[in-house]
Order: sequence, then structure tokens, then C-alpha cells
Amino acid sequence: MNFTINVWRQNGPKEKGKIATYQVSGISNDMSFLEMIDVLNEQLITQNINPVVFDHDCREGICGMCSMFINGEAHGPGRGVTTCQLHMREFKDGDTITIEPFRAKAFPVIKDLMVDRSSFDRIIQAGGYVSVNTSGNLPDANATPIEKQDADAAFDAATCIGCGACVATCKNASAMLFTSAKVSQLSLLPQGKIEANERVLNMVKQMDMEGFGNCTNTGACEVECPKGISIENIARMNREFLGASITSK
Amino acid sequence: MLLTMNFLFAFGLTFVYELRITQIMTISIGLVRSSLVRKYWMALTGLFLCSFLVVHLLGNLPLLMEDKESFNSYAHFMTNFPLIKIISYGLYLSIVLHSVDGLLLTRSNKKARETSYVQYNGKANASWSSRNMAILGTLTLVFLIIHMKSFWYEMHFGNIPVYTNSSGKELKDLYSITVAAFEQPWYSIFYVFAMMGLGFHLWHGFASSFQTLGINHAKYTPFIEIFGKAFSVIISLAFASIPLYILLS
Repeated sequence: MNFTINVWRQNGPKEKGKIATYQVSGISNDMSFLEMIDVLNEQLITQNINPVVFDHDCREGICGMCSMFINGEAHGPGRGVTTCQLHMREFKDGDTITIEPFRAKAFPVIKDLMVDRSSFDRIIQAGGYVSVNTSGNLPDANATPIEKQDADAAFDAATCIGCGACVATCKNASAMLFTSAKVSQLSLLPQGKIEANERVLNMVKQMDMEGFGNCTNTGACEVECPKGISIENIARMNREFLGASITSK
Repeated sequence: MLLTMNFLFAFGLTFVYELRITQIMTISIGLVRSSLVRKYWMALTGLFLCSFLVVHLLGNLPLLMEDKESFNSYAHFMTNFPLIKIISYGLYLSIVLHSVDGLLLTRSNKKARETSYVQYNGKANASWSSRNMAILGTLTLVFLIIHMKSFWYEMHFGNIPVYTNSSGKELKDLYSITVAAFEQPWYSIFYVFAMMGLGFHLWHGFASSFQTLGINHAKYTPFIEIFGKAFSVIISLAFASIPLYILLS
């Protein structure tokens, strides 16, 4: 397969970027999207052009590094997949593919398609933990009974890999799905209930400080989320934040 | 001794006073502090305005039955009954809050993505109305200003002919003013157009406000969503039918 690739080229965080157009040939339809970029970069190097910088790590859909906005959608046209899980058979031979970095003020571009998502780390640092003394006698993990539904919902929220597709796809660049997943995975469980109020207040405060936009409930995030995190988590966070704002001292 | 007591008393008073000030300030900052709180205001005022739409529609149904008497009595009641007057101030406040808050939220949403995408496929994952709430809201506000100038302002401050109804009471004849206004084709067509905008605004807005307030439940959310869509269609069609009926009859 052959493709025309429109890709965002930006030399550094302060530089002005622009779309560059390249031709790539000899692509197999079994290749993942990242493998196609690898081939493109090989071809660019032989033409003495700097290869396209992009984030990638596990290449099996669990790390969340591959942050590409392909043909107007986060991680491209597939559903429930990261860019590394997107295959070239999703495209037609001769297609023009536009690739951009995830765009948000809170995700500044480092170079080309690579963005700085450390704002997510700071949101987690603000409250995404449970204070448990882990030295010495650990309690038996199964000693605390947890309702199956709650355990499942907490686990579903915990599958968030922090890739940032929710922010990238949201027309407001809101981080509500990410933050609410991190709030929910802890607050649904008895161990996390103790700090629930403090957690939701601090994490939302940090989210606002990072310059993300506001949620308008379009639901685009849950459609594009590679892990299918539900916007029920956003409602849970809205509910918890309301309660915590009213009752906290 | 006396001096010390005096000093302690004054110090105590100052302390209590400062505590009060801090508390009041914390509460008032709390009302706009967070992006989530601003969204709660959006949802609450929005739902209150929805309840107004129902009352407003019921009051205007006599126009469809060409019932001059009922319509003028309704208009008289709405402008003179004390309780309604109090609620009407809440209504004006809600309109202003909903508009200003919406404007501020939209502005911060725009700021959250400084560089926009070259290609953005919004329709792939979100409904049209959910992506255009600000435009639909602005259209509704423009309509509202014109609408209030035509009828609310005229009723309160304008020169409306007075007539004597069947029970011998002198009433402002808002009915004739309304019918005369809707007999102008461009005016009626603008109303129908604006009601379509309102309908799309409610299509997303009604259910969205429940999500914002944290009300999302497997049992009730499907009902809320269907109710919201039915509500938007019925309200907008019913309101649009009034100018159309007068224009065509």
C-alpha cells in the first residue's frame, strides 16, 4: 500500500509548526500505524530529512504513549484502540492521512508529534493515592468485603492508561474523563473512601490549574477512549465534588 | 488588669470578626472557585429556565385558541401577582447567570486549546447540538432580547391599549399586540428559526445538566435522556406553532 502522509512538523516547544507532506510506499496492511511511521522515518532518513518524532513504548496498547491525532480523531478511526493497535488495513491504498499531535494548552508540543503530558502526573500527585501504612503487618487483601459491582466499577475506572485521548478529542480540551477515572478507582473502594473528600477537591483544583477546559458532556471522550472508560465516572466526580465542597471544613 | 481584659476582649473581637470575613470570603469564592462549581450553576439555572418554559407555554396556549380573555388575564396575573414578581426576579437572574457563566466557560474552553487542529472530525464522536451549545445559546439569547423588547418591555413600560373585559375589569390588551406582531411574516419566521435553535440547545442541555449535577444512574439516565429529547421537541414545536398559527390564520 502507498499513502500520502500530512504530518505536523515542529522543531521545538517554542517553534512554529506546520504540516509537511510525504509519500510512503511498501506498506503492508498487517502493519500497525506505528510501524507505518517507522517505515516512513526509514524513507525520510534516506532522503536526508529528519525523522518524525513520536511517542511510543509498549506497542501493545497498555502504556498509552502513542499520542497521535489521525484524520481528525484521537488514535485514528478505530474504536477501543491506541495508535499502536490501529492497523493499516483500516485505510485504503492511496489514502491521504493527516497526523497531528494531541492538542491542548496543558499538553505542550515537545517536538513534532510528541507532547508533554506531565500535567496528568501532577493531577495524580494531587490526590490519586491511598494513605496506607505498608510497613510490617499488612492486612489480608481479602479481609475487607467489597461488593462485586463496586469492585468491577473501580477496576473499569482503573483501566485508564492516562494516554490523553480524552483531552485530545474533547472540543474543550477537558481532562474530566481522566481525572474522574482516577478519582473513581479509589473512592469506590473502602480503602479510598477515607480520603475521598480531600482527594476530589485537590485533584479537581489541580486539573483547573493545569489549564484544561470545562466539560460540556458531549461524550466524545468515552467514544475515543481506548479503554472504554465511561462518562458515568464524570458524573460520580461531579457528585463527589459537590458533596465535598458543601461538607468539607 | 482592666487594660489586659480590655485588650483581650478587643483582640477576641477582632479575631472573631476576621474569622467571619474569611468564612464569608471562602464561601463567596467557593461559588465561582472551580470549573465544576461554574458548571453546577450552568445546570441549575438551565433546569430552572426549563421549568419556566413549561409555565410560559401553558400561559400562551390561549393564543392558539384565539382566547383573548384568558390570554390577557394571564398576562395581567403574571405582571401583578406578588409571588410571581419575586420568582420573575429569580428568572432574570437565572438568564443573566446562565449567559455570563456560559460565556466565561466558553472563553476558558477556547483558551484550553491555543492551536487548533488542522483536521478535526467532531461528528465522529459527538452530536451536533452538544458541540454547538454556545452558538445555540447565543442565538437563544438574541431571540430572548428581541422577544422581551416586543412583549415584556411593552407590557411593563410601553403604551398598550387598555380594554374592558367581560367582567368589567380594565386590562392591557397584550393579545392584540401579540397577534399584530405575529402577522408580520419576517417576525414569525424569526421566531420559528429561534425555536429550532432552542430545541437543539435543549436536545443536549436537558440531560446534560443532570450529568453535571452528578445524576447518572443505570436505572434513571435512559429515562432522563428520552424525556429531555421529547421535552426539547415538544417545547420547540409548541412554541413555534403559535406564530405560525397566527401568521397562517
